[in-house]
Amino acid sequence: MEIPRHWRLRKQRYGLVGEVCPHCDAKLFPPRDVCPECGQEAKTLYNFSGRGEVYSYTTVYEAPAGFEEVAPYTVALIKLQEGPLVTAQLTDTNGEQVEIGTPVEMVTRRLRSDGDERGLLVYGYKFRPILQQLISPT
Amino acid sequence: MTEVVIAGIGQTAVGEHWDISIRELALRSIELAQADAGGLQPQAVYVANMLSTPLSQQAHLGALIADFAGLNGVEAATIEAAGASGGAALRVGYLAVASGQVGVALVVGVEKFTDQVGSTVDAALSTSGDSDFEAVQGLTPTAQAALLMRRYLHEFAVPRQAFGGFPLVAHANGASNPRAMFQKAISLDLYARAGMVSDPLNMFDVAPLADGSAALLLTRPELLPPGFPHALVRLAGSSLVTDTLALHDRPDPLTFHAARLSVERACRAAGIQPAQLDLFELFDAYSIYTALSLEAAGLAQRGQGWQLAQDGQLNLNGALPVATFGGLKARGNPGGATGVYQAVEAVLQLRHQAGANQVPGARWAMVQALGGPASSVATHILERRD
Ligand SMILES: [Zn+2]
Repeated sequence: MEIPRHWRLRKQRYGLVGEVCPHCDAKLFPPRDVCPECGQEAKTLYNFSGRGEVYSYTTVYEAPAGFEEVAPYTVALIKLQEGPLVTAQLTDTNGEQVEIGTPVEMVTRRLRSDGDERGLLVYGYKFRPILQQLISPT
Repeated sequence: MTEVVIAGIGQTAVGEHWDISIRELALRSIELAQADAGGLQPQAVYVANMLSTPLSQQAHLGALIADFAGLNGVEAATIEAAGASGGAALRVGYLAVASGQVGVALVVGVEKFTDQVGSTVDAALSTSGDSDFEAVQGLTPTAQAALLMRRYLHEFAVPRQAFGGFPLVAHANGASNPRAMFQKAISLDLYARAGMVSDPLNMFDVAPLADGSAALLLTRPELLPPGFPHALVRLAGSSLVTDTLALHDRPDPLTFHAARLSVERACRAAGIQPAQLDLFELFDAYSIYTALSLEAAGLAQRGQGWQLAQDGQLNLNGALPVATFGGLKARGNPGGATGVYQAVEAVLQLRHQAGANQVPGARWAMVQALGGPASSVATHILERRD
């Protein structure tokens, strides 16, 4: 049972809250407090837009404990608009083929169920394809 | 700098050791290594292991294994760096002997996967990634490799079947290794028809996890027993380097940056260039890792590592033999023990005791173990001394 761990991460899990480096403006997700770009302290919170595109993806058939119910599932690296990569499951694909470069947006979904008697459910971000007609022209 | 030699080697068959426990498995390779070294007694034991706590409900292997091997009272501890544990323990053993603090060090790798099955093993393996931001999304080590392979195929426009060259070499070499899990050559046709594991990884792109134990005795040349019967093999270079734990924290996931640094540092210490190596025991847990490791070592250009497997260069009689006893793919991947197996196999090559797997005239060998997607990289250069 790991309630404190998941509670600590609630801003990241539900809001994609990362950090911005006050020295070099690098956007950081997940938050890491020391900027990997310039090596200085970076603790200023930053809200990511939740939009990005698929950098790579695969399907997991042999799921780890806690994920058996949702297997098979697609897990991806998402390149966020602000720069960082994030690891996340893809959801709501409705059978459509996802490709490298597919535009996606963040949604909140159930991530896993801890298989003990208290049945802790962990919620957090996943990403879903943005329907093409809803993308505003840029 | 004090010279460190590998005086004794031992290894069990890699496979399913249902009948024995983790301590018995470790003892088998320890006894073989001690006999091989003419009975050298270690003053320190460094145990390489990844997952005994979740899989065997047994931590504290240093004390357990030292005691079970009749070495009660020696210095002992577990060294863990995921898949690089074996290489990391070798590094610690090297430092202990090179420093002069320890006369004889025993490095023993042991892993027992078969006490558990299925989702429990996958969950345990996933703890070697970033628990808060990778494992919580259901990302497994195999899925990480699949993400890298798909991106690699995309960026470099590589023909998908080209990756079959790596398991072909591994299985051809495993066919004549009596300790290998798979002792049968495969064909490109079989590779093309293999079932998907995690697209685009198929069954032959993924090394099988299995039980196994391997051991090394390290010492200084002057402490060798009289009449030591083997050609001397010294550790000419040793390096352990880390990168980000999570793949998503890297500016360029398709570069194994820590592997590049680790090879540079180990080769600089040994005073050689990677091109001078006679063999490279690389970490082919996934065929994509073979390509990325060859590129990181400077043996291929970025995006071109796959080409080395196309024209026989990696075969036993090629320019740069790899996985000479089958590698992780055919010998099997016994987790934390794997890095120690790699060193044992390199010593057999450099002593010219490799039988049908012998690389002719081998003098320089590089062994490299990866933890995760090269988040930890241990690289060692071994040299035959004549
Ligand atoms: Zn910065």
